[in-house]
Amino acid sequence: MGEFILNVNGAHLRVSAPAEESLLSVLRNRLNLTGTKYGCGEGQCGACTVLLDGRATRSCTLPVAQATSTQITTIEGLETNGKLTAVQQSFLNEGAFQCGYCTSGMILRATSLLHQTSSPTEEQIVKAMDGNICRCGSQPRILEAVKRAARPQPKGETR
Amino acid sequence: MSYRKEPELESFQYEYWSPSGSLSFDRRDFLKVLGGGVLVCLTYDLAWTQESGRSFGGHELPKDVSAWLHIASDGQVKVFTGKAEVGQNIRTSLAQLVAEELRAPFDSIVMVMGDTGLTPWDMGTFGSRTTPTMGPQLRTMAAAARQMLLEMAAERWHVSPDALTAAEGKIVDSQNSRSLTYGELTRGENLVKIVSGQETLTQAAEWKIAGTAVPKSEGRDFVTGKHTYPSDISRPGMLFGAVLRADGFNATLESIDTSEAEKLPGVKVVRDGDFTGVVAPDAFTAQKAISAIRAKWNVPAQPSNKNIFDVLKASADSGGEEGSKHAAGSVEQAMAAASVKLEKRYTVQYIAHAPLEPRAAVAEWSGDNLTVWTGTQRPFGVRDQLTQLFHIPAAQVRVIQPDMGSGYGGKHTGEAALEAARLAKSAGKPVKVVWTRQEEFTWAYLRPAGVMEIKAGAQQDGTLVAWEHHNYNSGSAAIATPYNVTNQLVQYHPSKSPLRQGSYRSLAAAANVFARESHMDGMAHAAGIDPLEFRLKNLTDPRLRAVFETAAGQFGWGRSKSTPERGFGIAGGVDKGGYVAACAEVEIDHAIKKVRIVRVVQAWESGAIVNPDGLRNQITGAIVQAIGGALFEEILFADGRILNPRFSQYCLPRFSDVPRIEVVLINRKDLPSAGAGETGITALAPAVGNAIFAATGIRLPNMPMSLKNNTPGQPEPAARK
Repeated sequence: MGEFILNVNGAHLRVSAPAEESLLSVLRNRLNLTGTKYGCGEGQCGACTVLLDGRATRSCTLPVAQATSTQITTIEGLETNGKLTAVQQSFLNEGAFQCGYCTSGMILRATSLLHQTSSPTEEQIVKAMDGNICRCGSQPRILEAVKRAARPQPKGETR
Repeated sequence: MSYRKEPELESFQYEYWSPSGSLSFDRRDFLKVLGGGVLVCLTYDLAWTQESGRSFGGHELPKDVSAWLHIASDGQVKVFTGKAEVGQNIRTSLAQLVAEELRAPFDSIVMVMGDTGLTPWDMGTFGSRTTPTMGPQLRTMAAAARQMLLEMAAERWHVSPDALTAAEGKIVDSQNSRSLTYGELTRGENLVKIVSGQETLTQAAEWKIAGTAVPKSEGRDFVTGKHTYPSDISRPGMLFGAVLRADGFNATLESIDTSEAEKLPGVKVVRDGDFTGVVAPDAFTAQKAISAIRAKWNVPAQPSNKNIFDVLKASADSGGEEGSKHAAGSVEQAMAAASVKLEKRYTVQYIAHAPLEPRAAVAEWSGDNLTVWTGTQRPFGVRDQLTQLFHIPAAQVRVIQPDMGSGYGGKHTGEAALEAARLAKSAGKPVKVVWTRQEEFTWAYLRPAGVMEIKAGAQQDGTLVAWEHHNYNSGSAAIATPYNVTNQLVQYHPSKSPLRQGSYRSLAAAANVFARESHMDGMAHAAGIDPLEFRLKNLTDPRLRAVFETAAGQFGWGRSKSTPERGFGIAGGVDKGGYVAACAEVEIDHAIKKVRIVRVVQAWESGAIVNPDGLRNQITGAIVQAIGGALFEEILFADGRILNPRFSQYCLPRFSDVPRIEVVLINRKDLPSAGAGETGITALAPAVGNAIFAATGIRLPNMPMSLKNNTPGQPEPAARK
């Protein structure tokens, strides 16, 4: 067991866990941040996606010990003062989910993409999102939601 | 054409159909719990008749009443149904139907679903039954409640109920310019109304809330991560469990050493007959403890992909399950006289549902009472499994199904619930069990593999005269041909499957429609007739004709000719009240023998549309899911082991696989609403196969279809990415 301090959604959280335990497991089972999902445990489906310093990362294959010196953002950390980010709002507007289990990972992957590329082409979106699986088949709507979120934002809006 | 009505669901040996026990509490207690108001109940006899339309092994339901709808004094309407929301959007669509009949705002409706302690008994959420059965059921309750509210207001105002109207959660007396909200009417009341179920329902043409694109209820919780899935449930003092799995199917345990696992801090090993599991203070340690158990297994030799189709045919009609057969005229004589003939064998491999949320459960004992939160399409079925395992009355077991990370027919059973309950009983604390992806691939159940053999004959002008279709193992759904053929032999042969198999979205319809529509395409080409024209020539059913013509029109069927690099295909069918036709355009890269689906147009009709947005999402999703089974999904297995039980080995449709999809919905407001969760998956694969044939002249009769390996039963490992 190791003692770690994680910076999650702007808060410093103290947690004790084996160093090799995945960040996903720590978030879900020790910090009760269950918005991040388990899908495959091998970085293939993207359900566990979180942002590390703004970049989309698979938390299922990342040992918690390697996440201590980064700013971790989970789906719970996007909304500020009851306001959704443009990506979240866009997913909601498009109804870009069915069971919704992949949605957290999809939103964080898209958020990371739009941080890096503000106006991605469709090809870039497909490439960026291809590591995330929606088994319900909402891909066409997710694609549309990401495209709409990528359009120029009114002042004061954040992605 | 007459065809013995096929069972609406195919049951397999793993599925228990023995609902038992009486209601866990008196419905009159409901009002105490709910704090007064008006409770609308229905005698169970009628509910049963409407729900099933068939008998279940002599099972008798209690002659009790069950509560479906409660209007509280604040105007909030609680609706109770045992159906499960798994992503198909029924939490929203059912609420729309209730709001419509009750003349109440959509936002005033709260759906209480899939909770055996609160909702009326329900068989389960499958077979596209929610919309055609639960829909009218809840509409009836809502219409009865509306009538009651009208009568209550009439009594209070001393007027005739006929002078009053119900609208937007109020009873309005327009002559005297006064109104009462439902909340005002029910305040201080403590009424239980038992209804007969003979209410007149609002016609779809008059719908104002139903029939519209109401956004998914609680949609915000899905984009903020707030929604609690079964695997997210946490209880005070909860421990984490894991279960030891055998090295293969039908394995016997030779020896086991649990000493290393027991040395881990806080770990308890639980052994009970064949069952070995662990509980631990955290999930990581639970998995570590399972890995630390040394077990030796004897795994017998078993079939593999190489011989599966021979095995299924050899064991046909020996599975103890009853098949189905339809015969008319003489296929033999008609074939002899036919000038166009085609005979072919089609196959489908086992595939996995792979719901993104694997099986999960939290079990908590309180004395002899058990509560389990779990992801299942059959909460009452899981309750029965639990009562059987622990020999306790149903009244002591409550199964709660939080809206889950989908199922597609793959979560009819309660494995994780049973495991968590066993471990929790032994640990004396709540226990959570979440299956790993490998467990889900290996120890759940699969869409059956199957062999379809079809023989058909037509006259030179394209008139079908003979049709013979045999299905081995995969099932009877949609096996009847919708085309006009005088001489027919259509037969489903149950087999003994070496792998655990069960329901999958559309059951065997995906397999039977693939085989039939591929064969129809082959017949059309053999007769030298356009595939659409050939179908329409032999088709009377106006609804099926309509979807074919609609899809073809939108697609621009016949406008371009197929080339070796680009093919166009069409296919369609009807099952469970849903009519579907798809046109597909594919690109063939001959250098790497790769098929890419470029464009799909699918027309869909299932009567009156309850929610066009939700329906479009379902149909689009079905098309995307169908791509996997059509082109690359297959379970690889040998000697009792699944060889590709991971997402890195078993490919699912990804963004880059998804073509341009156009869904055309036909809204038949004059027809009852049918379910739309399943049949939308059936047309894509044959349309794609037919497009590949149009481009290349190669018929790919085995799903998944690949130009790289066209040998049945000898698939290449799915190492696509």
